[in-house]
Amino acid sequence: MPRVSALDLPDVPKGHLPPHLELQRTRVLCASDAPTHTETIQYSGAYASVGVDNSLRLDQFCRDFRVEVIRLTEDDMEFDMVGIDPSLANAFRRILIAEVPTMAIEKVLIANNTSVVQDEVLAHRLGLIPIKVDPRLFEYMSENDTPNEKNTIVFKLHVKCKIKGPRLTVKSDELKWLSNGSELPLEMESHTSDPASKQKTYTAFTCSQVSLPEFSNNPIAPKHQDIIIAKLGPGQEIELEAHAVKGMGKTHAKWSPVSTAWYRMLPEVVLLQEVEDEMAEELVKKCPVNVFDIEDVGKGKKRATVARSRACTLCRECIRGEDWEKRVALRRVKDHFIFTIESTGALPPEVLFTEAVKILEDKCERVITELS
Amino acid sequence: MEHGSSKDLTASTFSLADEDHTLANSVRFTLNQDPRVTFCGYSIPHPSDARVNIRVQTTGDPAKEVLKDALQDLMIMCQHVRSTFDNAVAEFRTSKTVEDMKIK
Ligand code: SF4
Repeated sequence: MPRVSALDLPDVPKGHLPPHLELQRTRVLCASDAPTHTETIQYSGAYASVGVDNSLRLDQFCRDFRVEVIRLTEDDMEFDMVGIDPSLANAFRRILIAEVPTMAIEKVLIANNTSVVQDEVLAHRLGLIPIKVDPRLFEYMSENDTPNEKNTIVFKLHVKCKIKGPRLTVKSDELKWLSNGSELPLEMESHTSDPASKQKTYTAFTCSQVSLPEFSNNPIAPKHQDIIIAKLGPGQEIELEAHAVKGMGKTHAKWSPVSTAWYRMLPEVVLLQEVEDEMAEELVKKCPVNVFDIEDVGKGKKRATVARSRACTLCRECIRGEDWEKRVALRRVKDHFIFTIESTGALPPEVLFTEAVKILEDKCERVITELS
Repeated sequence: MEHGSSKDLTASTFSLADEDHTLANSVRFTLNQDPRVTFCGYSIPHPSDARVNIRVQTTGDPAKEVLKDALQDLMIMCQHVRSTFDNAVAEFRTSKTVEDMKIK
């Protein structure tokens, strides 16, 4: 911007920001060397000297905040979130990745493993298999808890490759849900307890999980049936029991309910001057994702227009070269987030997002009660 | 846990256990938007400690009350986000079913 004396600046009506400040407040300017004005102006008195109140008014937020769903399928969704500060959008993203709980295999009791996959590697692979079950129906298991039907899901895996048979690929559909809990006996108990009583196992289920109304019609199983766990050669065998418990992504990524959750700010492409004829052709050709179109303005004249600014990847190809930065401006809208959630399958993405928001509410509530 | 002078209630540091950037950054935003706040910021003293310190200085009100109000604001915003989101999803679903019916 050219330097002008403060005395020569035009008067700005009170209560409004001059256009250049408004632009800096609401847009990130992406120049060819680096983006500028990337920060958000949070301080309430930032514009006090021009008589503009930058404080948060909840009624204003409630009026302007908008959500629009673009795509929603069984396990991924994309939506636009407009009128919110990045600190909140980022909080939701962080919670989605690290703090929304799911169920994942945590303990593996290996009875026999003669495959080439070592026990610990096998256990790790099992841990990463997404399980299709609503984690809200379960409780966390703390260190001193005994595993019961409310905090543990037990799977059994027993496969053997026939001697002289072809090699066998073990897939996740071999994981069979044991609704009655563990079948492996606790060894040290076997001598003392009288033989008539039921043999104690590694879990203490008081009832079968099938008898619980939540699971009677939808059995618990891995989300995908075709995840390869191991490959067995002739004569090799795996026999094990896997215990899944509730946990959070910040403990281990296997509990993360999303494969990714991310957002990007809405790109805005603006033509600062008319781009015509050959220049227009050149501009259209420059952009690899076809952001620009050509429009006929009659008399054989052609003009470039911005048709699909949302598709812009900000590769900055269009502002490369002599003078192009004077013709095209690349910006990002600071409070418009294109949010994408890819669920691993435990919960649908829209439920995950509401859960994430609820978790942030709970955090606030916890601190408020602690302070009072 | 609150650290501050017992005479001057307008400036305090709050040390929150088991919290991180997720809450601290959001509440810094709502605090900064409150006209009663002259300064606020947060820091994580050590990355392997699950703890965050939030500093609040105000124009005269007790820092604790201002922080509580900021958290309250954040909660209201969250509730609004949740209801708006649910409405948007419901709207998307109905428009989808109408579209599907048209195809058939
Ligand atoms: S920055 Fe890249 S993608 Fe965006 S309009 Fe320019 S050339 Fe196209």
